[in-house]
Amino acid sequence: MRRPSSEALRLALPIMALAALLIGIFVMRPNVMSYNGLHLLFKLGIPIALATLAQMVIMSVNDLDLSMGSFISFVACVTATWLVDAPVIGALILLVAIATYALLGMVIAYRGLPSIVVTLGMSFVWAGLAVLVLPTPGGTAPAWVTAIMSARPAAMPMGIAGSILIAVLAHILIMRSSFGVLIRGVGGNERSVARAGWSVLWARGAAYATAATFAVAAGITLVGLMTSADANIALRYTLLSIAGVILGGGEFIGGRVSAIGAVFGALTLLLAGSFLTFLKVSPDWQIGAQGLILILILALRLLLARLERNGLRA
Amino acid sequence: MSAILRKPWLWSFVAAGTVWVVTILATGGASTVGLSQATLTFAAFSVIVGIGQMFVITLGPGNIDLAVPSTMTLAGTMALKYMDRVESLVLPGLAMAIGIGVGIGVINYILIKALRIPPIITTLAMSFVIQSAAIATNRGLRIKPPDSMADFTIGLTFGVPNVALVALLISVAAWALLNRTVYGRWISAIGQSLPAARMAGIPVDGVRLATYVLCAVLAAVCGYLLACFSGGAALNMGAEYLLVSIAVVVIGGTAVAGGDSNVPGIWGASLFMFLVVSMLNTYGFGAGFRLISTGTIIIAVILLASVRRYAP
Repeated sequence: MRRPSSEALRLALPIMALAALLIGIFVMRPNVMSYNGLHLLFKLGIPIALATLAQMVIMSVNDLDLSMGSFISFVACVTATWLVDAPVIGALILLVAIATYALLGMVIAYRGLPSIVVTLGMSFVWAGLAVLVLPTPGGTAPAWVTAIMSARPAAMPMGIAGSILIAVLAHILIMRSSFGVLIRGVGGNERSVARAGWSVLWARGAAYATAATFAVAAGITLVGLMTSADANIALRYTLLSIAGVILGGGEFIGGRVSAIGAVFGALTLLLAGSFLTFLKVSPDWQIGAQGLILILILALRLLLARLERNGLRA
Repeated sequence: MSAILRKPWLWSFVAAGTVWVVTILATGGASTVGLSQATLTFAAFSVIVGIGQMFVITLGPGNIDLAVPSTMTLAGTMALKYMDRVESLVLPGLAMAIGIGVGIGVINYILIKALRIPPIITTLAMSFVIQSAAIATNRGLRIKPPDSMADFTIGLTFGVPNVALVALLISVAAWALLNRTVYGRWISAIGQSLPAARMAGIPVDGVRLATYVLCAVLAAVCGYLLACFSGGAALNMGAEYLLVSIAVVVIGGTAVAGGDSNVPGIWGASLFMFLVVSMLNTYGFGAGFRLISTGTIIIAVILLASVRRYAP
């Protein structure tokens, strides 16, 4: 029998974790096992999956984006105000934001700057811009966004359908296209990519622009679900997105990422919250239990990696 | 003279001094003493957590402690609840805060080592657990600190805020630890190359454990002082110190890639960070502009630093 590839083994854990949580929820609350139940359970799946993919693209070039949450909050504020009142200007603002990300990527590559620090600084800038755009919580979602996000496909709830679609598109872009190979190559060995005649400067810029595009989509879809915005709406996405990528089998260095894994990781973190609510864990301990789930899954991953190695030796 | 100019911490002090003068000018010199004392007080808290974070960052790429804010909150909350305004429990309360720090540091490193989870994820997951523990302990109560501690943290000695003196003592100890002990050399060696450090026979795991414990203990002590200073522990009291603790390390000239740390720079950067906010407040800028300026300054500093470092 052909051994499963190590990529497939890597993917097995996030899938199993998600399945285990889902089964646990079904056992406790059988009535969740319905269209409406799943719809509510996965409601926030699309923005979280998109945010995690954005972080994944940054991590594939060995960088880390600590401004992801405040950037998505900024996008949400622009979406709930400019994109409704003056769609052309709103779209322009978002395009400039994406261009800013590309520029940041190039500056980071050109100067050899630590991405953690640059994005840390940018997190203040985006947070400040978000406050300027929308000083008090409010605004409305553009009608077309609400229409898409509140769609109810017959086959499965929007949260699940959208997440699958996003995972497949991201998989093709990052894992299968030559562009994806290039940016993962920058993460794997920057020098050899440069020797092969590619510009690392432009590759990093393009990776940052791609990540920003995912993040813009996350912000817009988030407003579509929430129907309004505030400057702190997505702050927790910074840490959530990093945890999601790691949970999905990604690594901090070496360009080892998995788009499908990242989406599964994001959905697992999303379900962990509901799971704990159904378990009647005291609200005091909910975030703590989420931390423990994260540690538990990573411990399992180590175990799987050991089994994989022993299997190779045998 | 040129030796001084080449010191990486110099620029953070130059920047802090410039902002100080500009702020004083705005008020016509009326607030000189008040502004300086407030700056020293608030910078002191950033210095204490910043030094802990600096030790961890010096360990090399990937090393960072995201549990600093929740450690501050838990230590502050539990110590104040335990003391319950009883004067005789001031020192046992401090010991309790330190004990909490030691415990958190040990667990952090056990998870990093045993599960081989990257520190950023370990400390992130741990921060969730610690924050939950703080929520469960606090239950929305706001217990006042013992009067003597409240007076001490707010008070001045020869015109200098007491907390700034505490931070100064800790800084001197940290500087000596880094530059005058073998432990300090070991941290730098590990930060420059972990495999090389291991080959050289450095007890890598012991040193890394000690460093994570040190960082958590400093965060716990800072939480204890901050809770006494602000008249009680609040659940969000540590929140802003996550970014601040990292920012002051970087602006202060410590290498983000590890292996090269810098204690004086933490002071310059902490003073600078607080002064920028007060300057923008003095000139009447709103929250949005304050945030944008803070971020722009962090990026500008790191850009300037890179020009100096990579200049041919």
